[in-house]
Amino acid sequence: MNRPYGALAEFKSAAEIFHACEKVRDAQYRRWDAHTPFPVHGLDRAMGLPRSKLPIFVCIAGLTGVAAGMTMQWWMSAVDYRVIIAAKPFFSWQAFIPVTFEVMILFSAACAVFGMLFINRLPQWHHSLLKSERFRRASDDRFFICIEAQDAKFDPEQTVQFLKGLGAASVELVEE
Amino acid sequence: MSAPRTIPADVLTSISANSRWQRFPLIFGVVGVVCLAAAFGLSASTVERFHFSYLVAYMYGLSLALGALFFVIVQFLTKAGWSVVVRRVAENMMGTLPLFAILFVPVAIGLHHTHHHWWHLVPGKDPILDAKAPYLNPTFFFARAILYLVIWTLLSQAFLRRSVAQDQSGNPEETRRQQWMAPPALGLYALTVTFAAVDWMKSLDPHWFSTIWGVYYFAGSVVALFAMLSLLVLWLQRDGFIRKIVNQEHYHDLGKLLFGFVIFWSYIAFSQYFLIWYANLPEETIWYAHRSHGGWESMGLMLVIGHFAIPFFFLLPRAMKRNPVTLAAGAGWLLWVHYLDLYYLIMPVHSTGGPQPSIVDLLTLFGVVACFLAAFAFLAKRSALVPVKDPRLAESLAFENL
Repeated sequence: MNRPYGALAEFKSAAEIFHACEKVRDAQYRRWDAHTPFPVHGLDRAMGLPRSKLPIFVCIAGLTGVAAGMTMQWWMSAVDYRVIIAAKPFFSWQAFIPVTFEVMILFSAACAVFGMLFINRLPQWHHSLLKSERFRRASDDRFFICIEAQDAKFDPEQTVQFLKGLGAASVELVEE
Repeated sequence: MSAPRTIPADVLTSISANSRWQRFPLIFGVVGVVCLAAAFGLSASTVERFHFSYLVAYMYGLSLALGALFFVIVQFLTKAGWSVVVRRVAENMMGTLPLFAILFVPVAIGLHHTHHHWWHLVPGKDPILDAKAPYLNPTFFFARAILYLVIWTLLSQAFLRRSVAQDQSGNPEETRRQQWMAPPALGLYALTVTFAAVDWMKSLDPHWFSTIWGVYYFAGSVVALFAMLSLLVLWLQRDGFIRKIVNQEHYHDLGKLLFGFVIFWSYIAFSQYFLIWYANLPEETIWYAHRSHGGWESMGLMLVIGHFAIPFFFLLPRAMKRNPVTLAAGAGWLLWVHYLDLYYLIMPVHSTGGPQPSIVDLLTLFGVVACFLAAFAFLAKRSALVPVKDPRLAESLAFENL
């Protein structure tokens, strides 16, 4: 067998994986993840996940968008190509609000989408878990926990035994 | 996952016999009447001033009750589950609407002061007012006012009565009936609130027009509703009621809606200003021209900052909406700037030279709000503080934000 990617445990219900996650969290594992066919309420807390940092980045991107949108229009209308429109001042901030708003939305939405992809390390052409036949049911009716081999506490035998002890229907080592 | 599916036995779901809330109807009722009488007495020489101040205060109190009516209708329209534990508080706020039919009397008496531009119309002097006379005349005005007040009273009592009846019977048919009533009720609500805002506030400037006016008043009302609903829920919890079952998940949703409607108000307010500014037509800009000198321009700027920028950034972080102290601070601030917003809409018609703050303003405001709180407390102690047998109660108790 090649180097293992991690130990994959299969559970049959949301309640089972919920309590299993609490025990994996309490066993101080760091590099692991849960895969479920639908969102399970409270699973993030059961896994001990911190809140995403994405909102902070989106907020910064939005404020940048406001500054960029207003500066762009100031430059175009009041500096670079001055045209008198409806006898209004060159820098008529009122008229620039809708575009400024839209640039804010554009920057925030782009930051949210691409930031999410970056944080999740997506796109990936391949993922080792897809080698597992069982794992295909993660999008249907089964719940999985995978503890990765990179975790400092990972041990091919002990981790598998630990997962079996959590009530997993099956546990397997997945190759890198 | 750990939240209870039924109300725990140690949670107080109704006003207990030894609570100070038992005395609130009397206390606030007396405070309200004394404040209004003092305001009237202090402005005996300038009765016009009293009627303008009272109109601002009346529209303020009314916006709390009308906002609540909107909230309750929408909960049934969308079959909302999360809101059941806070819905009775909103229903009791909505239940105060018959009081505003009584409080309308001083407004009606003062109309020839406040709406004098068209109240005593001399035909042939002003072609615009002549053209509007079939709509803007005292008889039709009163007929419409009575119609709005009757519709609001009937709607609020119809929803409140069924909800309270369900506390005893547990009959899910009451919920189905309210869901059936919700769509036509919302249509009636939109029409009556729009026309009432136009009649009672916009016709102060009878030459002027703004098609967004009704939505502007509505947007402010809903901001005020979520602010007041949050404060009343937190106040009841502080006094020992409905603890635990209303938790930070529900605060979070109230805060999100408060935040959302702050943005909605800003969007509506800017839309009205922006189109008038851009088109630059004298018959439209006159309204802002009246509000661009003598101190009114500072107040307009203050609204941009106080009614948008400050609450926007204050309520933006998730933690601010989930913490009862910061949520109450944001709600209290918005209730204050909502009053300034209505002041800015109405008062420049009277104080044309610039703001002339007066003790009469505060006394009428305290008077109307105290009367509102008295009616609210009266309703709150008559029934449970949560719809204890609502079919969606379990969903609300177990509610979590993802």
